[in-house]
Amino acid sequence: MAERITRADVEHVAQLARLALSEEEIVSLSEELGAILDYAAQVSALDTHDVPPTAHPLPLVNVFRPDEARPGLPRDEVLAAAPSVQDKRFRVPRILGEEP
Amino acid sequence: MSGASRIADDVRSGARSARDVLDEHLEAINRREPDIHAFNAVLADEARAAADGVDAAVARGDDPGPLAGVPLALKDNMCTRGLLTTCSSRILEGWRPPYDATVVERVRAAGAVVIGKTNLDEFAMGSSTENSAFGPTRNPHDLTRVPGGSSGGSAAAVAAGFAPLALGSDTGGSIRQPAALCGVVGVKPTYGAVSRYGLIAFASSLDQIGPFAATVEDAALLLEVIAGHDSLDSTSIAGPAPQLVAGLDEGVSGLRVGIVDEMTEIDGIEPQVRDAVRAAAAGLEAAGAKVDTVSVPSATYGISAYYLIAPAEASSNLARYDGVRYGLRVDADDVSHMNSATREAGFGREVKRRIMLGTYALSAGYYDAYYGQAQRVRTLILRDFERVYEQFDVLIAATSPTVAFELGAKTADPLAMYLCDVCTVPVNLTGHPAMSVPFGTGDAGLPIGVQVLAPALGEPTMFRVARAIEQAAGR
Repeated sequence: MAERITRADVEHVAQLARLALSEEEIVSLSEELGAILDYAAQVSALDTHDVPPTAHPLPLVNVFRPDEARPGLPRDEVLAAAPSVQDKRFRVPRILGEEP
Repeated sequence: MSGASRIADDVRSGARSARDVLDEHLEAINRREPDIHAFNAVLADEARAAADGVDAAVARGDDPGPLAGVPLALKDNMCTRGLLTTCSSRILEGWRPPYDATVVERVRAAGAVVIGKTNLDEFAMGSSTENSAFGPTRNPHDLTRVPGGSSGGSAAAVAAGFAPLALGSDTGGSIRQPAALCGVVGVKPTYGAVSRYGLIAFASSLDQIGPFAATVEDAALLLEVIAGHDSLDSTSIAGPAPQLVAGLDEGVSGLRVGIVDEMTEIDGIEPQVRDAVRAAAAGLEAAGAKVDTVSVPSATYGISAYYLIAPAEASSNLARYDGVRYGLRVDADDVSHMNSATREAGFGREVKRRIMLGTYALSAGYYDAYYGQAQRVRTLILRDFERVYEQFDVLIAATSPTVAFELGAKTADPLAMYLCDVCTVPVNLTGHPAMSVPFGTGDAGLPIGVQVLAPALGEPTMFRVARAIEQAAGR
């Protein structure tokens, strides 16, 4: 299962992860991710036919609570931590392709 | 009676004031913190106000609680309302959370005095605390060496006498490994035993908060305070916190103890560490336990499964750092470029590496071979441990394959750093509790830790065994 991680792979994954990488980072990550994935690919050595996946260590199902209104976080404190605020809302740059 | 317990007793009885206790610890911080850098922030003013509050309660005849006046250091990935919480990352620099983590509320309600926020590997990703955006923490036993990680600041704070108690978080060994390297006790409780509300998420199915202390008794005292159900964390286990201190000295006579082969007799383990595990086992045998070796074959695959599952969960959890609601923003013409530029500027090297690794493992075409397979291996590891616990009450193993290493020794090779966690990650995958107990020193007087593992909710027995190991070590 050993994969060679190409420059194109790194650029594609960086785009999925919303990371703008430098040229130096693209080069070093290709190498490092290849080495780490080679090691991690050891998991394929085990026979897992008919073995269900474990996503979580507790045998929990849905946890319900009464549908009662409760106070949320204090709005002023939350907005005070935001990089940009307008009219008591988070302010963001325009969405791609949208007219300003 | 040990440090934190004695302080709480003295403060409750009025024999010492919380303010005097605090001042002694602030003095220790003034002396050695410039060399060690355990803290991202020392909260001297807030701590003085809290200590005065404890003293006022005692003067009124009220009981401030089981941690009355005990200084406590918090890993800086736990939210403190109005106080900087950074995760040692540029992306959260300057952020003041609008709420407290549940553990913070609980330790304060028990009378503890929060003395500072401790340094960590950025977002708890690392095994040496060198991945902090604010510079590394140094091991109090040897300033040229790392304290371990990711909770290196909390471990160093306890080892240096800056605080008798600290809280850390353990996703793959981040409490136990630094505890071993700094010569203190560190506990990863059963998954769900302690609320994660207000713990900034790294890998949600693995993360668990736990105590650091100089002694097993103090660690038990702190875990009793922080454990127990919390309606704000839907993964927290229903039911009351376990009673740990009361049964601590009941001994280990008749207990069945297994030494885990795959977490002790491994490539790259230092002979001095292996010898310590064997000596601890001999100590338990002398105290009446029945000791045998045991194999947990799938534990060998712990690291490979972990370094697919943890980065996958991290890549999803860290998607929230998008420059919109808190922390850093690097402006750009549209949202997508603002997101990318913010994350490029705000995340450090290791965090980017893990986000990339996790995103890759979850991406179309690779999901089943990497993430899916790792989750099935997780099931096999869980089954193996459950089978072994039919024959053994507790298990013991190495915590870290080596004593504290020199700063810079592993920073150039990510995989070498990941292998520091080889003995600790299996129980994060299973959700079981485990703890590290100091057991003597090796070369150059550096501390060695021995790990005690137990089945889910087996903390009472685990602490009894840890206490017996502590006694066998002559402490």
